[in-house]
Amino acid sequence: MKVSRLYLAFVFFVLYMPIFYLIYYSFNSGGTMHHFESFTLDWYKDVFADTRLLIIVLHTMIIALLSSSLATIIGVLGAIAIYYAKHRWKQTLLTLNNVLIVSPDVMIGASFLILFTIAGIRLGFTSVLLSHIAFSIPIVVLMILPKLQEMSPTLIDAARDLGANEWNVLTKVILPYITPGIFAGFFMALTYSLDDFAVTFFVTGNGFSTLSVEIYSRARQGISLSVNALSTLLFLFTLVLVVVYYVITQRASVKGGQE
Amino acid sequence: MRRYAYAIPYWLWIGLFVVAPIILIIYYSFFDIEGHFSLVNYQTFFTPVYLRMTVNSFWYAFLITACSLLIAYPTAYLLTKTKHKQLWLLLIILPTWVNLLLKAYAFLGLFGTYGAVNALFETIGIGTKQLLFTDFSFVFVSVYIFIPFMILPIFNALEKLNPSLIDASRDLGASEWTTFRRVIFPLTLDGVKAGCQAVFIPSLSLFMLTRLIAGNRVITLGTAVEQHFLVTQNWGMGATIAVFLMIAMAGIMALTGNRKWGVRQ
Repeated sequence: MKVSRLYLAFVFFVLYMPIFYLIYYSFNSGGTMHHFESFTLDWYKDVFADTRLLIIVLHTMIIALLSSSLATIIGVLGAIAIYYAKHRWKQTLLTLNNVLIVSPDVMIGASFLILFTIAGIRLGFTSVLLSHIAFSIPIVVLMILPKLQEMSPTLIDAARDLGANEWNVLTKVILPYITPGIFAGFFMALTYSLDDFAVTFFVTGNGFSTLSVEIYSRARQGISLSVNALSTLLFLFTLVLVVVYYVITQRASVKGGQE
Repeated sequence: MRRYAYAIPYWLWIGLFVVAPIILIIYYSFFDIEGHFSLVNYQTFFTPVYLRMTVNSFWYAFLITACSLLIAYPTAYLLTKTKHKQLWLLLIILPTWVNLLLKAYAFLGLFGTYGAVNALFETIGIGTKQLLFTDFSFVFVSVYIFIPFMILPIFNALEKLNPSLIDASRDLGASEWTTFRRVIFPLTLDGVKAGCQAVFIPSLSLFMLTRLIAGNRVITLGTAVEQHFLVTQNWGMGATIAVFLMIAMAGIMALTGNRKWGVRQ
C-alpha cells in the first residue's frame, strides 16, 4: 500500500511540477528560471503594459467563444441528423465525423491551408475562426450523441401524438433533454480552441496571432519571465473555467435526476 | 430528404472540411515544386532520407506510447483504489487544460543547464548533464503531455470492470499476477487501445516540441510537413508526407478498432 501511495504521489508531483515551477519563477526579479533573486511583480506589470499581447489575448478569447458557439450549433444539428440517419448511413457519417478528431494536427493544418488558399480566403481572423469551428464540430457531436441515444424514442412519439410539429419536438423535447451534452460539447470546443497550436500555426498568416502562436514564437527566442507571468494568469483562468464547468454539469445532472 | 434539410450546415462542414481537405492533400501530392504534374514527390519519399525519417517518427511515437502506457496503467489502477477517485481523476485531467506550449516552455527552464533537474543531479552527485536538445528530453516531455490521455480511457475501462470477476479469479486460486494477466488486462484492453490511439497519432505531429525541446535534432514526419508547407514552400512534398501520415492513421485505426472516444471527457 505504501509503494502505491508513493507511486501516485510521484506521478502527481511530476505532473504539477512544471506548472508550479513556471508560477514560482514568475515572481523572480532575476530574469532567469534557475536562480531566484527576490520577489517582484514586475513581470505581471510587463504583461499588463504590453498592448500587443493584450490584443492577442482578446483575439484568442473572441475566436474561442465565437468558434465554440458556432460549432455547438452546427454540432447539435449534426448529432440530430446522425441520430435520425438510417442504420447503414449512421456508421459512414460517424466515421466522417471522427476523421478530424483522429487526424494528426499537421495534416489538418496543411490541408486547411491549401483549402483557404484555393478558396481565396485571406489568412488571418477568418481562416483561424473557420478552422477552429471545423475541428470543434466533431467533438461537440460526440458529446451530444450519447445523450440522444439514451433518450427514449417514445418521448418523441408521444409529443407527435399530442400534436406537436417538428419544430415543437425539437425545441420542447429534444433540446431540453440533451442540454447537458450541449454544455459539455461547448466547453470541450472552448478548450480545444484555447489549446490549439498546430492548426492555428498553419492558417494564421502574418498579421494575426493567437496566444499559443505568440507563446511559441516567444519561447523560441529563449526564456522571458513575462511568459511565466502570463502562464500563471492563464492557469488561474483555467481553474476558474474548470470550476464553472463542474458547477454547470453538476447542476445539470442534479436537475436531470430530479425530472 | 427534406427531413435532413435542417442539417445543411453540418453537411457543408463534412463536404468542405472533411472530404475536400483529404482530396486536396492527395491532389497536391502529385505536383512538383514548379507546379507540374509528376510523381517526383513519391520518388523522393522512397529515398533513404525520408524512409529513415519515417522509421524514426514511428520509433519515437512507439517509444512515447509505450512509456505512457507503462506509467499510465498502474496510475489508473491505483486511482480506482483511492477514496475521492473522481477528484483525483480531475486533478489528472487539469494539466491538459494548460496550454501545451507553456508546458514545453516550463521544461526549457527545468531541463536547462542550471535548471532544477541539473541542480538535483548536482546535489546527488551525478553532475550536470546536457538534457535539453536530446532524444531523451523529447520523449520525456511528449510522455508528460500525453499521459492524461492514456490514463483516462484506462481508468474508465477499469471502472467498468465487474469486481466480482476479480474475486472469482482469486477464489479459484489465481495469483495476483495471473488475475491481472488473464482477467483484468484483457477486460480493459479496449481502454488501452483507445489510449494508445489517443497518444500514437498525435505524437507523429509534434513539430513544436521537436523545435523547442529537441532543438531540431529529432525530425519527425510532422516536422517535415511543417517545414515543407511553411518554410520551403514545397507544398507538393509536404502533401505527399501528409498522405503517408493519413495512411498510417488509417492503419492504426484499423489495428485498434473503431470505438467510441472516451478521451478528454
